[in-house]
Amino acid sequence: MSDPTERIRPALSRRALFRRALSRQALSRQALSRQTLRWESGLAVVVILILVIGSVASPDFLTGNNLFNLGLSNGEIAIMTLPMTLIVISGEIDLSVASILGMASALLGFLWARGWPMPAIFVTIAVVGVVAGAVNGLLVTRLRLPSLAVTIGTLALYRGVATILLGPNTVSNFPTAYTNLGVDAVPFTGNDMTYSTLIFIVLAIIFGVVLHATPFGRSIYAMGASQEAAQFAGIRVKRIKTTLFMVSGFICSLAGVLWTFRLDTAVQNNGLGLELSVVAIVLLAGVSIFGGKGSLIGVVLAVLAFAGIQNALLLTNFNQEATGIVTGALLLASVFVPVVSRSIAGRRLRRLSHT
Amino acid sequence: MRAVIAPRRPQRADSDNRNIRLAERVSRIRESGILVVLVVFVAVTTLVKHRFLDASNIQFVLVDTTVFALLALGETMVVISRNVDLSVGSVVGLSAYLSTDLFAQHPGIPIPVVFLAGLGIGLACGIANGIMVAAGRVPSLVVTLATLYIIRGIDILIVGGNEVDASSLPNAFLDIPKDTIGGIPDIAIAVAVVIAIGAYYLRTYRSGRDLYAIGSNPPAARLAGLQVGRRVFTAFAVSGAIAGVAGVLWGAQYGTINSTAGTGYELQVVSAVVVGGVAIFGGSGSVTGAALGALLLSTISSALYVLGISPFWDQAIWGFLLLLAIALDQTITERLTSALRRTRTRHE
Amino acid sequence: MDAAGPDPRDQTRPGAPPALELLHAAKSFGAVQALIDGSVTLLGGEVHALLGENGAGKSTLVKILAGVYQPDGGTLNVNGRQVALHGPAAARAAGIAVIYQEPTLFPDLTVAENMFIGRQPLRQGRRIDRRAMQRETAAIFERLGVPLDPARLARGLSIADQQVVEIGKALSLEAKVIVMDEPTAALSAAEVDRLFEVIRTLKAQGAAVLFISHRLEEVFAICQTVTVMRDGKQVLTSDLAGLTAKDLVRAMVGRELAERPPEAAGAAPGEPMLTLERVTREGVFTDISLTVRSGEIVALAGLVGSGRSEVARAVFGIDRYDAGAITVSGRPLKKASPTAAMAAGIGFVPEDRRQQGLVMDMSVQQNVALASLGNLERGGLIRAKAERAMAADWAARLKIKYGRLTDPVDMLSGGNQQKVVLAKWLGRRPNLLIVDEPTRGIDVGTKAEVHHLLTDLARNGVAVLMISSELPEVLGVADRILVMREGRITAEFSHAEATEETIMTAAMGQHEAAR
Repeated sequence: MSDPTERIRPALSRRALFRRALSRQALSRQALSRQTLRWESGLAVVVILILVIGSVASPDFLTGNNLFNLGLSNGEIAIMTLPMTLIVISGEIDLSVASILGMASALLGFLWARGWPMPAIFVTIAVVGVVAGAVNGLLVTRLRLPSLAVTIGTLALYRGVATILLGPNTVSNFPTAYTNLGVDAVPFTGNDMTYSTLIFIVLAIIFGVVLHATPFGRSIYAMGASQEAAQFAGIRVKRIKTTLFMVSGFICSLAGVLWTFRLDTAVQNNGLGLELSVVAIVLLAGVSIFGGKGSLIGVVLAVLAFAGIQNALLLTNFNQEATGIVTGALLLASVFVPVVSRSIAGRRLRRLSHT
Repeated sequence: MRAVIAPRRPQRADSDNRNIRLAERVSRIRESGILVVLVVFVAVTTLVKHRFLDASNIQFVLVDTTVFALLALGETMVVISRNVDLSVGSVVGLSAYLSTDLFAQHPGIPIPVVFLAGLGIGLACGIANGIMVAAGRVPSLVVTLATLYIIRGIDILIVGGNEVDASSLPNAFLDIPKDTIGGIPDIAIAVAVVIAIGAYYLRTYRSGRDLYAIGSNPPAARLAGLQVGRRVFTAFAVSGAIAGVAGVLWGAQYGTINSTAGTGYELQVVSAVVVGGVAIFGGSGSVTGAALGALLLSTISSALYVLGISPFWDQAIWGFLLLLAIALDQTITERLTSALRRTRTRHE
Repeated sequence: MDAAGPDPRDQTRPGAPPALELLHAAKSFGAVQALIDGSVTLLGGEVHALLGENGAGKSTLVKILAGVYQPDGGTLNVNGRQVALHGPAAARAAGIAVIYQEPTLFPDLTVAENMFIGRQPLRQGRRIDRRAMQRETAAIFERLGVPLDPARLARGLSIADQQVVEIGKALSLEAKVIVMDEPTAALSAAEVDRLFEVIRTLKAQGAAVLFISHRLEEVFAICQTVTVMRDGKQVLTSDLAGLTAKDLVRAMVGRELAERPPEAAGAAPGEPMLTLERVTREGVFTDISLTVRSGEIVALAGLVGSGRSEVARAVFGIDRYDAGAITVSGRPLKKASPTAAMAAGIGFVPEDRRQQGLVMDMSVQQNVALASLGNLERGGLIRAKAERAMAADWAARLKIKYGRLTDPVDMLSGGNQQKVVLAKWLGRRPNLLIVDEPTRGIDVGTKAEVHHLLTDLARNGVAVLMISSELPEVLGVADRILVMREGRITAEFSHAEATEETIMTAAMGQHEAAR
């Protein structure tokens, strides 16, 4: 009996051709890696543009001193975008990040005011951060609640805890050894690198390697693209998602400590509203809100773009509070540019089919 | 050879009937559930502190709720269609300032005109959101997050360090939240009427039902020929317009309006809506439930205050309750789905 | 298999135009001609089969009828009048309704609302008349002979019931042409029979039905006429009377194909690889005890909903179970842990290829590697070269047709996608392979390949547990057949003693089988 597939093969290759041309979705996905590269190159262009415009608008823009200030004001936000990226790629979201920051800050002030030694305080804050993340993770994975709703709830809950801890009070006068971490440059790097920037760079490398080159990272992409298929491939979706939330909790409490030392102030509303900036940066980086797509290089570029814009506006005496307009506009660009390019591609395809 | 089975008409067991009607009852259960919690809360608090049920306190709670109930109405329409409007807080802020500023710029301006101005401002914002979400087919979370930023930024640019002072506002305007009929504040009644109209519309008109369909299964809605773009656009436009009016009311309530007005409201509104039984992914829920959710949250805040619990506990409790409501909602939906699924296996 | 009822063409008035005539339709996408010469004629009161392999042009033709695509050439006549369908709404207005394999209803709306969404009956003031909607929905279900409650939510309805709602919707739209695209793929035998009754009712009421299916026994059971397509062209149109399955297959493939899948390996099976002892999950399956030995193919037959997939998923750890013991190679298997199952050497090809078997957004290579990431890593990092080599190796072994390994798996045909899923698990060299509906929705040629593959595996000592609703497949490939009904195993047959009748009887229960 001859192989039944033999007769079919030539016809199949024609069919394969047809299917390739047919599926518009497949077309755009075939160009996915091209598209991601295109997005990152676009972002890189934006960053360069900002550098150019910034340095034209103000001679102080590219000075080491200014870069240092940039690191200061955006360090914590930048750090928080890293775990957020992994969470969003896995198909979830964490809106409680700023509240965990605030809770960590409040805890720091609360315990310090009661005379606890710093090392003990650090350990406690780390544990609390991980637990806060674990709560998010368990509610999402065990109770199967949508992470958007859950983290809106924990956003309030954790901010509330911060409020309970400190009330209207402010705690200051932390030991200079620690507050210097917030304002000093890292030794041996000239005068330009803040500790938060250094931490960001180190973490970015770690997260980047994990996300793009390890089975753990590949699993995150898989579960973001199709949670069911990931489960059926033996990927421990629940465990990984919970871990991601716990990592986020830890990182955000670290950010809270850095923030408190930088301002030398622990107060209940530290970091209020920051979650929106973090999400905005991650989306700007080309990470899809639906999960399964995105890269860490994009996130680093987006952080640079965001920081650069804030800074350029600051130097040109633009009303600081209104820089939100630019963030908002960038966010809109991040979703509309792919849509527009897709429709251009679609129009090109339609023109082809009429020939 | 295949055996042929004539379609039999099975005797439906009582439990099947119950399960099928369960579907209808669940939505009513959700609303009555909130009502029950509300009643229990009020009862318990009043037992401890009688003055909780004082006329003045009831009025206070009702007035406090009106802004949120209005916002919940608009937000519900958006959420039902599987979208979200995060810009409502910024719209309230912008509308509150611009509309109340009219009193200072144009003394003697009639109050209804000011309300119309607020509505117009909100409508403009809503239309912008609607066009981007409907025509652009991009996720509304991202779009309204962006407009939250942009509108707030515009507000800050316009307001700067200024603020509108109660002294520049006519007394008739500031009295609006204070007027009562038979002990119940005017605006509470007005808002209740508006919500009733909204609920009726969503139940009885095709365009209202379309929103549910769009939220329940967006691709099927397109296949069915529903005008998805138009409906979603309208939902956002209405949400914006309502937020605009709510902004004016906010001004009347607080009297002092600066660039921070309305900050953070979007999350409170989404919480009220979720607590009120509207599914975060759309397709089910009612504006009545959402309004009750808003009322419940205000009542709880007030109860905590009356019970002498430090207001610093408010936010934590509110966050905890939100989590509770979401978890409860999920359990109900899961039980319901498996109950409904079990009814059909018996028919085979 | 006999066509049911008297010749329905006696029912149409002589001289009446056909309900639908598609003549020489053509459609290209870019450089590729999906449809070269598609023609089909549908008469009122007749069920017409449309056959052809994947890529033959069937789905393009259906989409043209549905108004989703506009043909580049050819004419479409509905009831004698030429029409041009600019979109799905125009198709609906022309009286054409398409029922897809996976119906899409609105789970949060009631059945009645699902039927009338967008066109609910109105009373004065343009307000929806709910009572009229209920009444009309109930009336339609009466006509179809199916007792569904209009007031229940669509959530939780079985696929079979959802299809009925879609058919009801088509009727309420007064569709005269009803196209059914693989309607029986996800149905149990009992549900298929109910669907056929409904189709006969539609036929009796004068509708023209276009029935698309891969299952030839169903085609002979319900259809009167047939059109076969191959390579974008219509190659055969005829009455079914006088044709055999062989004729149809020959027309589809262009040559003779072996009718029965290869005989089961027949080699002496080895040690028990998988043992279930009284495994129970409340309300789903009860007291399941079975053994699969290495080198043996055991089929789990039965109706959809009898609990077979749930048992398989419980073995693999995706679902839980409440009582009983599962042992693999003599060692107890940890509950509810796919990780433990994989460590014990189990592979699982799930029922739903697109949602469970593959990550559609990922490439062929990434999908093949997805279950073997641990084996492909060194020092914590995935070795890209090893990943590529693995994918290329298995693609060659299973003769997977693809463009590039980095293409999204979405671009492959159904048969090739299934091969990717198989490659994913075979790459782990499992001792026990569970396959759930291995050839559902796959063309005839690839089906045969998959069957060869399974028997080869068994010959090499792998234990295979196969869940299938296709009796020819079960009878042809399995060494032993277990039948499940309503959560219990009701019968066991060896390859030699099993027949379709005995299996169906055991699957449905004695008192329900007629004839």
